[in-house]
Amino acid sequence: MQLSKDKLIDAYTRMKKIRVFEETMRDEFAKGTVPAFIHLYIGQEAIASGICVELNDNDTIASTHRGHGHCLAKNSNLERMTMEIFCRADGLCEGKGGSMHIADLSVGMLGANAIVGANAPIAVGAALRQRVMGENLVSAAFIGDGASNQGAVFEAMNLASVLKLPVLFVFENNGYAEFTGVDYHCGGGDIAGRAEGFGMPSYKLDGSDFFAVQEAAAEAVERARKGEGPSAIECYAKRWYGHFEGDPQHYRTKEELETIRKDNDPLIIFRQKVEEAGLVESSELDIIDDDLTSKVFNAVEKAKNSPLPNVEELTTNVYEKGSY
Amino acid sequence: MTVKTYREAIIEAMILEMKRDEKVFVIGEDISGGRGCEDFEGEAAGGPMGLTQGLWDEFGAKRVIDTPISETAIMGAAAGAALSGLRPIAELMFSDFFGVCFDQIYNQAAKFRFMYGDQGATPLVIRTMIGAGIGCGPQHSQSPYSIFANIPGLKVVTPSNPYDAKGLLISSIRDNDPVIFCEHKALLGMDGEVPDESYEVPLGKGKILKEGNDISIVAIGQMVGVVQNCIKSLEEKGISAEIIDPRSLSPFDDEMVYDSVEKTGRLLVLDESNPVCSFGSWITSMVSEEVFSSLKAPTKVLTPPHCPVPAAPNLEAAYLPDVETIISASENLKNYS
Repeated sequence: MQLSKDKLIDAYTRMKKIRVFEETMRDEFAKGTVPAFIHLYIGQEAIASGICVELNDNDTIASTHRGHGHCLAKNSNLERMTMEIFCRADGLCEGKGGSMHIADLSVGMLGANAIVGANAPIAVGAALRQRVMGENLVSAAFIGDGASNQGAVFEAMNLASVLKLPVLFVFENNGYAEFTGVDYHCGGGDIAGRAEGFGMPSYKLDGSDFFAVQEAAAEAVERARKGEGPSAIECYAKRWYGHFEGDPQHYRTKEELETIRKDNDPLIIFRQKVEEAGLVESSELDIIDDDLTSKVFNAVEKAKNSPLPNVEELTTNVYEKGSY
Repeated sequence: MTVKTYREAIIEAMILEMKRDEKVFVIGEDISGGRGCEDFEGEAAGGPMGLTQGLWDEFGAKRVIDTPISETAIMGAAAGAALSGLRPIAELMFSDFFGVCFDQIYNQAAKFRFMYGDQGATPLVIRTMIGAGIGCGPQHSQSPYSIFANIPGLKVVTPSNPYDAKGLLISSIRDNDPVIFCEHKALLGMDGEVPDESYEVPLGKGKILKEGNDISIVAIGQMVGVVQNCIKSLEEKGISAEIIDPRSLSPFDDEMVYDSVEKTGRLLVLDESNPVCSFGSWITSMVSEEVFSSLKAPTKVLTPPHCPVPAAPNLEAAYLPDVETIISASENLKNYS
């Protein structure tokens, strides 16, 4: 553990913000205030945070339909992101994207994506800035175990490898592709091994352990910045809730859910490690908890009280203004 | 002014724009053609049709990027590059191949501006080859531009001659939205006057190739050349045709067509796409809605029949609308009562 205290606090804040935010979204969804459906990131907080603490605003990420955690880990604007989930006029996407299509280009968040696996080639494209313009840049794609079976992901890995592009293929193995278990849907069962077949270094690690993710990310990012090409990081961490909110989860047992929440809570694991090592006081983290609870509460209240888009905006921004 | 081919005009447009803007790059299969391989000796092929010939020598491998045969990765990488500030020209060797990569075009690139609230532009050009006429058969001869034009967020252009090919490609590269640039394979060797300097042909502006009073004929892509071969025969039959090349399908110069139909009262559209939901049927539908009272005869669309493009030369010749069909359709419209 060589991280500075500031970085540890930063990491914890990102993870905890995701947890508080998603628990709040869960409550709001149950109350019926959230339009359409949402896919919660709880249980996987250490993955997005472990990757994104190694990136800066110029670096890019391409996210998934389960994208709230990626947005927050990449430091997207909390209030405008919340407004987007509530489809409000002042949301990051002016209410036209919603939960599954949030983007915040100002921090290199290239968008959640509701087409499974489609984000991988897009992340490769952002990485072309290193080759074409000589920019110092890393681009990460978050890819679920379900998406790992998509042709787009294979093509993206091969192209990144052939062109030696600075890409991190972050496989989030959360155990299920919608309702179908990874033990059923993944031929060979070894996602990281597939990536190795494309000629890139790969890691396979516990995705509920922030430090495991962050250490792998740091190595992969360093290689990418030096122009040594892509890496793959397979992180195993089961999601705590359904594919979407409202999913009755008939495909897994109550015992499984109890076990992962007891033994694989990324926040508890992080707290234990830093407190036992005497790096951060428990009371300092408690203060962060309280602060985030009120920040998220305020963001949600503000979003719910802000206006929906004007109907006149229905056909705007299909093309550049004045060009069509 | 010099005489250049359609192919040379396209290459020249890319070279001029790559010199002008370092963010412009080209990505696709075999676009240098072997140059990426170790121990390469000889001249880079510039793609199977020579449409990127000379680019590698001028700009090198950083901006002329050979890829594996992975159309989804090419289109997705181009979309992602455009979203993050570059200006890619992605080559989809034959438009028929959109079937393996359309997600990246219509769910991704086409929707970025709208679904991300206008946070960024998507300045992407997809150069792709369309069209029947040289015996390539069912999977290398289609003209799916009607499908592209159906997608909000995409712009679609169909140059019919070398001058427009250069000017439209320059405009497309400078445009801040995804443009599908449809190059007709039967026109690659066509000669025409093309200025050496850079110039734009604006997207969404059609061109009246010949004025006339009896019938408006809108011809798309390769059909422009076919209808020009009909002009003399039509005049001999006392039919004065006004011929319009829309040049862009999306955006489409509907005003030019309405004005023409208001003058002539008759409309014939020549379209190489499949007849069901063809772009031609959209033009006639708009004309019926907007200038119905000017019509002296029903509108007419000539397309190939509703079948794939055949390989056999005699079948392919029968597939495409020809001079006789166009003259006969024009006579029917003129004599309608």
